[in-house]
Amino acid sequence: MNLKHITGLLCAAAISLTLSSGAQAQDKVVKIGVIMPMSGGTASIGAHAKAALEVAMDIINNAHPELGSLPLAKNAGLAGLGGAKIEAVFADNQGNPATGQNQALRLITEEKVAAVFGSYQSGVTLTSSAIAEKYGVPFLNSESVAANLTERGFKWFFRTTPIATDFAKIYVDFLADIKAQGAKTDNVALVHDNTEYGTSVANTIAGAFKEKGKPIALDVAYPVNATDLQGQVLQLKDKKPDVVIMISYTSDAILFAKTMQSLDYKPPVLLADDAGYSDPSFTKAVGKISQGVFNRSSWVVGPPGSASAIIADMYKKKSGEEMDDTVARQMQGFFVLAEAIDRAGSTDPAKIQAALKATDLKPEQLMIGYKGVKFDDKGQNVLASGAIIQLQDGENYVSVWPKANAEKAPVLPYKGW
Amino acid sequence: MSFVLVQVIVGGLLLGAVYALFSSGLTLVWGMMNIVNFAHGDFVMLGMYVAYVVYTLMGGGPILGAPLATLVLATVGVVVYFALIRDIMKGPMLAQILGTFGLALLLRYSVFWWFGANFLSMPPNIVGGTYAFAGLRIEASRLLAGVVALLVTFGLHLLLTRTSLGSKMLAVAEDQTAAQLMGIRPDTMQAIAWAIAAGATGLAGALIANFFYIVPTVGETLGIVAFVTVSLGGFGSVPGALVAGLLIGVIESLSGYLIGAVYKDIVVYVLFLFFLWFRPQGLMGKM
Repeated sequence: MNLKHITGLLCAAAISLTLSSGAQAQDKVVKIGVIMPMSGGTASIGAHAKAALEVAMDIINNAHPELGSLPLAKNAGLAGLGGAKIEAVFADNQGNPATGQNQALRLITEEKVAAVFGSYQSGVTLTSSAIAEKYGVPFLNSESVAANLTERGFKWFFRTTPIATDFAKIYVDFLADIKAQGAKTDNVALVHDNTEYGTSVANTIAGAFKEKGKPIALDVAYPVNATDLQGQVLQLKDKKPDVVIMISYTSDAILFAKTMQSLDYKPPVLLADDAGYSDPSFTKAVGKISQGVFNRSSWVVGPPGSASAIIADMYKKKSGEEMDDTVARQMQGFFVLAEAIDRAGSTDPAKIQAALKATDLKPEQLMIGYKGVKFDDKGQNVLASGAIIQLQDGENYVSVWPKANAEKAPVLPYKGW
Repeated sequence: MSFVLVQVIVGGLLLGAVYALFSSGLTLVWGMMNIVNFAHGDFVMLGMYVAYVVYTLMGGGPILGAPLATLVLATVGVVVYFALIRDIMKGPMLAQILGTFGLALLLRYSVFWWFGANFLSMPPNIVGGTYAFAGLRIEASRLLAGVVALLVTFGLHLLLTRTSLGSKMLAVAEDQTAAQLMGIRPDTMQAIAWAIAAGATGLAGALIANFFYIVPTVGETLGIVAFVTVSLGGFGSVPGALVAGLLIGVIESLSGYLIGAVYKDIVVYVLFLFFLWFRPQGLMGKM
């Protein structure tokens, strides 16, 4: 045996040592693939989501007894897996359905993640979850609201957020309520982009209004990431609807606000369907010229010392932003997934799937205002719910409906600037 | 109804003038040295950020933003020329495409890293608000951008056709070796062309920032429009870009209002392809 051989053997031994120790370390880590728009027109959403999930992992992986009844907070790591830590593997979907699909494939086959979480845009969730379904890996979605996502007969797809049908009902009831208080709400216009999110949510809302015998008066569709929206605003100005419902991502929401101001158009009631209007960069950029816009939300921060207030504080320290509805729903979804993995006591996909199916969380175990988390056969959370909030001062949303949890009364008409 | 139509057309003309403004730099670079600058949209983006930084962080006010963006971007143009363009021009076409494309990504993600992904916006109405006369509403910031677009186009046209610098630049574009024999340095001329093109693009960005949102990826949204404008107007023709920009702006607004925004791009691109079928060199381009 000469020196070369000995060195070779030593190298081999060293490699196998590192490999085996690597495998040992991996046993204590549960990898979750997270697909978010980290670049492209909705990159701000991805950046916020990343900060939120890092806070969620801090809560899960370290002891946080101050968070009370929130599952996984009390002790460090997942008790069901001997204190294993959760590790999120972030992947960029670029806001593009094809990229999202490729990333799902990479996370499942190369990163060997135990479950996939994502993907913000309904159109991207549609494609990436199809890959998880094919490979038999649980996919948890916390924020895409297109109704058809849970109508595909998938066995591995679970969704915690309230969806378009829930919101359509909320909008119908809310408008009926303010009509009883004297506002005109008969003539409703829908403004939406041409993505999966925009078209499917618009269809669902239109259906809900039609059921009540009040068909939508005007449907204004526009291409996403528009360079100019003057034509759409003029169309609205021309037809004078009583209520305008906006279904838009951040970039278009900002451009709409600016264009409405320059063309001096104010609908009596402006109601936004979350998305861009919940992005903190929307309120920072154009909040002052969008005063009085209504929006939907499942996130209401509780009194100081409550779990939601502590989490909101942690998030603000991490990201420098106020917690908004989208990141709150994402964090909640991530907790639901982690709780199921903990109960499964394993990273075996089938066991996690079974645990997700058996999920039954009560309102006091949540950080958000759902009535609970419980999935139906299609994987939809049947206890999801939401409220209406209003941007009264142009800086911060306050809850205004339903009356039971309202901080302030709704202010009409839309003030704008 | 007819009244709204007038507003739509006026809006379209102003939009078109802005398209023309941020396309002139792209067409100039092509005319001078046959390079398609894929980083063009990101030059617009840089101009927007310069204006934003000058206004909000340095307290320079709205008046300083535009000239500073012009200067900064002109400098960036010269640096880019000497550091990248001069060398990749000697390579195959593919190297040129990928070179400027790489530059685009570098600029985009540098800004992304520095400023984050959040949408920014200039403080509302820093340029005079909105004029209303006879019921028509015209945004001062768009009007300003439109007027500057006309001035820039006119200025560039005069520079190229009426000055000795312009003649030298055109000579280099025509035949580098012959120009060199006449004592003209191609390097210097092309660097000047890049400075002018990038400066005009920076100016465009600073003016657009007054009525558009600012985000690192905004170059993607605006870049496409610039390419269509330039190919409709004729690659290399500065007045062509103006006419094409106005045309596209009006067609977009009209079709967006009359048959719906989702279809407006179809209308624009069908007309565009149809037009190129008859006149592949574009409106005012040379074969």
